Amino acid sequence: MTLLYFAWVRQKTGRGEEQLSLPADVKTVSDLVAFLSRRGGGFADAFADPRRIRVAVNQEHTGFDAPLGEGDEVAFFPPVTGG
Amino acid sequence: MITIRIQREDFDVGAEVAALDAEDTGAVATFTGRVRKEGDLVALTLEHYPQMTEREIGRIVEDAKARWPLMGVTIIHRVGRLLPGDNIVFVAVAAKHRGAAFEACQFLIDYLKTRAPFWKEEERGDGTRWVDARHSDDKAAERWRDT
Repeated sequence: MTLLYFAWVRQKTGRGEEQLSLPADVKTVSDLVAFLSRRGGGFADAFADPRRIRVAVNQEHTGFDAPLGEGDEVAFFPPVTGG
Repeated sequence: MITIRIQREDFDVGAEVAALDAEDTGAVATFTGRVRKEGDLVALTLEHYPQMTEREIGRIVEDAKARWPLMGVTIIHRVGRLLPGDNIVFVAVAAKHRGAAFEACQFLIDYLKTRAPFWKEEERGDGTRWVDARHSDDKAAERWRDT
């Protein structure tokens, strides 16, 4: 799967994009957030308060209970501030 | 005619309104958002999620078309580094009558602000910081849910 990070989430994780093989214990966005947090460092910092994070799967806004599959594009970012 | 553009360059409001003109158009409502000149603000840098941005704005336009009889919509959003007074965003709606044009224009900017994947980083005299989402913007978008 492809993971994308934007704005301060990108700055804290230190990367804008990465490829990841879906870990066996990751079934939902929440599971993925827990998996990424366990990396520690900037990832633990970025996901320390998941309420501050929004997620899109395959370029559509969704929630942390959304199911994930291999091949999905998952993006993490703060609440949007355009316009 | 639906036009959605994400660009670094400025836009010309007059030219965009002229391009939207079509037979039967009785009303064109427009909204132009600019970088406010305030305090020690030096610049705003806009980041976005390129693959998703146009799709999400397209979905918002489809929502608007389902609510009002629209004859044309143009949405332009700038990205990159912008200075106080610069244009950021442009929304134009053509319809037969003013009610639909005004309402759809407001709906589009309200939804764009809460759903389109853009993020602003402020540059001030003492450094840079990401702009927080505003509760008032969520409220503005929410009021359309019951209508």
